[in-house]
Amino acid sequence: MRPKRKQKLYLSLGLIALAAIAVGLTLYALRSNINLFFSPVQIAAGDAPFERQIRAGGMVKEGTVARNPESLDVAFVVTDYVDDLEVRYSGILPDLFREGQGVVVVGKLQSEGWLRADQVLARHDENYMPPEVAQALEDAGYTPEDYQDKAAEMGERMDAQQGASQ
Amino acid sequence: MGKIWSFIHKLGSPKWFYAISARLMPWFWLAAAVLILVGSVWGLAFAPADYQQGNSFRIIYVHVPAAFLAQSIFVSMAVAGLIFMVWKIKVADMAAAVMAPLGAAMTFISLFSGAVWGVPTWGTWWMWDARLTSMLILLFLYLGVIALRGAFSSRDSGSRAASVLAMVGVINIPIIKYSVDWWYTLHQPATFSVTSRPAMPLEMWAPLLIMVLGFYCFFIAATLMRTRSEILRREANKRWVRELAGGLS
Repeated sequence: MRPKRKQKLYLSLGLIALAAIAVGLTLYALRSNINLFFSPVQIAAGDAPFERQIRAGGMVKEGTVARNPESLDVAFVVTDYVDDLEVRYSGILPDLFREGQGVVVVGKLQSEGWLRADQVLARHDENYMPPEVAQALEDAGYTPEDYQDKAAEMGERMDAQQGASQ
Repeated sequence: MGKIWSFIHKLGSPKWFYAISARLMPWFWLAAAVLILVGSVWGLAFAPADYQQGNSFRIIYVHVPAAFLAQSIFVSMAVAGLIFMVWKIKVADMAAAVMAPLGAAMTFISLFSGAVWGVPTWGTWWMWDARLTSMLILLFLYLGVIALRGAFSSRDSGSRAASVLAMVGVINIPIIKYSVDWWYTLHQPATFSVTSRPAMPLEMWAPLLIMVLGFYCFFIAATLMRTRSEILRREANKRWVRELAGGLS
């Protein structure tokens, strides 16, 4: 390579490296602000401000969803399996909302420690499967957290079946 | 090895690129048409519905290929920019110039399809989480590269400015990729990775893989075609282009 081109190559790569360092440091400094939501552990530790619009996220704890049959009021517990956060909401829930589902709730943390939600968003996980497979898993007594391993296992089994039938 | 190098050197010559691309292009168009047709019919009509999202999960067959391409095109553009800056190969700059609108379109498609999917699934069409925001920044980077290229009176200055922005902007790509792992986001983590099996059964991911391959073939075919017209436009005064035009001018 000619010296001039070599110099240009190093200059270009140096520029990219410098920009990467600058962006990396900025993101490192902002790391907690980039998180979309507080987890119940952070709220229990007092990291989240009171009486200000915040977002909290976690799983809807099994068996905690209580609906008022007279109105749209609903109360449930959001958990990260370490700490719990009680949420009260009045409004229409997204289709994906159910016990064991990941959610992000937007609202104000009350001084008594529960959260008055203005909006509830369902968080989808990375697992996809046909309903029959999901039903079979549930019948076999697996929880949603096992789904990924199970989905992989199912895939392997299907591959093996296909290999056998060929 | 010598053969490969001479092939690459030939590609750097606009005339050779024009000749070689004429032979390659039809195959990529054909592959893109077949793959996208098969993938979309399979994905939209025959793949099973998801246990939670029902049929709305089928947006994945457009969303994921578009998002893959949006990032791959930016990296290709940055590499082309580097080649142009260091080795002064004009064809690389022409390719980078025609890739930018393609990439911007793919970024827009992935943002739009994600928003359409977000309404029934999340309950909102937009959220300022790290994945969505970094993808929006990618769209602005594409628009910036396109605008910067046109902002100079001399084409060479515009090319160099666009190359530098593309090379620096490539830092956004790992941020997009790892945003769902580094921070809490509304967007779910990746379903697919190189190291583990997909968290999705075969009958769902096979059509997706076909769609992804189809989109890549479409990108290659479209880039070749658009680079060819860019070559003709920029080399209009060269003798070989005039001869190609049959002495019409």
